[in-house]
Amino acid sequence: MEHAAVQHAVESGSKIQDLAWMILVAPLVMAVGTTLFVPRDRTLAAIFNIGGVILSFCLSFVLFCVFGGGSAQCTPFEWLPIAGLDVHIGLHIDPLASLMLLVVTGVASLVMIYSTGYMHDDRSYPRFFASLSLFVFSMLGIVLADNFVMLFIFWELVGISSYLLIGFWYARPAAADASKKAFLTNRIGDFGFMLGILIVWSALGTVDFAVAKAKLAENPTLLGSMAGIAGLLIFMGAMGKSAQFPLHVWLPDAMEGPTPVSALIHAATMVAAGIYMLCRVFFLYTAAPGWPGPLSMLGDLSAATLISLVGAFTALLAALIAVQQNDIKRILAFSTLSQLGLMVMAVGLGAKAANPSAAMFHLVTHAFFKAMLFLGAGSVIHACHHEQDIWKMGGLKAKMPFTFWTFLIGTAALAGLPPFSGFYSKDEIFALALETNPILFGVGILVSVLTTFYMSRLVLVAFFGSTRSESADHAHESPGSMKWPLVVLTVPSLMVAWLPLGPFLSESFDPAHPVHLGDIFFGPFNHNPIAAFFGFGAALFGFSLAYSLYWKATKDPLPTQLGLLSKVMRNRFYFDEIYETIFISLHNLFSHIADWMDRWVISGLVVRGVSGLVDISGRALRLVQTGNIQSYTFFFTVGVLLVVLLARK
Amino acid sequence: MNVGLQHYLIVSGLLFSIGLLGVVIRRNLIVIFMGLELMLNAANLSLVAFSRYNSNLDGQVMVFFTITVAAAEVAVGLALIVALYRKRQTAHVEDLITLKF
Repeated sequence: MEHAAVQHAVESGSKIQDLAWMILVAPLVMAVGTTLFVPRDRTLAAIFNIGGVILSFCLSFVLFCVFGGGSAQCTPFEWLPIAGLDVHIGLHIDPLASLMLLVVTGVASLVMIYSTGYMHDDRSYPRFFASLSLFVFSMLGIVLADNFVMLFIFWELVGISSYLLIGFWYARPAAADASKKAFLTNRIGDFGFMLGILIVWSALGTVDFAVAKAKLAENPTLLGSMAGIAGLLIFMGAMGKSAQFPLHVWLPDAMEGPTPVSALIHAATMVAAGIYMLCRVFFLYTAAPGWPGPLSMLGDLSAATLISLVGAFTALLAALIAVQQNDIKRILAFSTLSQLGLMVMAVGLGAKAANPSAAMFHLVTHAFFKAMLFLGAGSVIHACHHEQDIWKMGGLKAKMPFTFWTFLIGTAALAGLPPFSGFYSKDEIFALALETNPILFGVGILVSVLTTFYMSRLVLVAFFGSTRSESADHAHESPGSMKWPLVVLTVPSLMVAWLPLGPFLSESFDPAHPVHLGDIFFGPFNHNPIAAFFGFGAALFGFSLAYSLYWKATKDPLPTQLGLLSKVMRNRFYFDEIYETIFISLHNLFSHIADWMDRWVISGLVVRGVSGLVDISGRALRLVQTGNIQSYTFFFTVGVLLVVLLARK
Repeated sequence: MNVGLQHYLIVSGLLFSIGLLGVVIRRNLIVIFMGLELMLNAANLSLVAFSRYNSNLDGQVMVFFTITVAAAEVAVGLALIVALYRKRQTAHVEDLITLKF
């Protein structure tokens, strides 16, 4: 089948979908060009890289318009044709990919424009833009990949560019540590991902998405007893990139990177790659569940169900932690974790309905409003001279009206107030949960209450009340390059949910299951009133709770009211400390053993042993060489006699 | 008493052992050289004895060659010993141990 596709593409010559190559390569060209030719020129670097990404955006838009809900295959080229494994580099465009292309290039363009203001005083300004372009290239590769191996390659490239960007201020130890932590944590997930790919390859004999999907559609039991393991291992990749429990620890630390990076990578796109990948390989999760012998007690429990549980747990955990954080970026980071948890939960639950478009829908809306929130936070941080503690802000509403209003819209969208986009996408998830798993629906509503609570707390403390520090006193509105991207982002935050994205996306999955969607204003209330009212009620309840506690508050009342619980929440449930104790001490133990092995067994016994043996026997044999011809004769004679004696027998 | 092959071989073996003993324990190069000649002739003796025993002249032909070559070898060997003596003022083997390590 894939050969047929290749053949077809070769015959028909260049096609309009080959523009996708240009979308993919433009940011790479700019990144390389900037690094090689204009590593000092700030203006040119900015123009090139922003231009490259905007070009990608325009081309994505063209493809989006041309193909609409359809799908297309770009002319691929052979890369690794080995018997039994045919890996080619090819691009695949379907509604899922074309939507994601728009999100990635759109948010990236705005973030880059914003960065011209935010990073204005930075020495390594061109390097920043080149790294961002490299990231966009990698991310687009994930979006467009049409097989597992190519996806994995770009997956790792995203990891690298994330490492470069988190550690952008590498002279700061915290940033350097955070980048290492992010990279290593991701490596754990990627290892599982790779094993998963190997299992899928060995079971299905192909790494091509379309072929694998067709094979599984023909025979859903093809994966046999490895279905569950393969699903979970592939999910491990998503667990790393999308920071799901227990690999969630790197994301809050990644906030050490510059704020535009947090907005683009650690809120809107890279962390969404995990969700996107799960949607891309969704056909694995709708296959018949199966477990190998030792895990057979899991029975009919599918990998998807476990995934939804992990997602729900992450969502709840992160939301609880966010309630007691004081750093504006950390609150947003945990909120991102929590929303990603909801999306993962939706993917898991979607397996029953054979449609994960609720997760993708939330991914799209979340990408826009969370990017906006992060950029807003960046604007606040910029204005307050890099003060990030919300208790040292206050009263910023009057000083920064643009930032305030856009931040408020973002908060409303995140909290899930109608008519903002977050309401509709969350409602999709809640409706799905209500139909498939009422307990997870309850968790979702609880998360929603907490989300509204901590976001209202953030807004009430940072923007209202009186200024509580000198740096907040001198705050003033950010420059235009930072202001206008925020304003532009309000449009999708408001409206993206009004587009019929659900039916559009379901083309990618199963057209037989149409999705009900808030494509009109009150759609959710008609479609599943219980979910909609609960979602709306949760937002209102969370807000009123926050209002009663934080309106004109000068310090956080919760630590005294909750006592120990608040402390635990503030310390992120001690996950970092637990990991440090367990893994660091285990790691130290292993390194000591390895050191001992190296020092005494490898170096001592083997290396020094062999050389010592040779040396000693050499010294011993040297004594035989007397130089006296008569002793030689004697030995020679004895030797001959021995030979004769032995030969006789 | 009937002299057979055995007797020749015993004499040959004794001659060879005496020659070898001379080579191994004597110090003077000339005497060692004489020991060597003795061993050579012990071999010649057994060759002739075998030749006779097998009624085959090949062994005797071989001995002729050996004697010829040995004559040349003695000339070369003695010349070497004389040259060595002139150079080192000694013909004792324990003084000639520079070929070690």
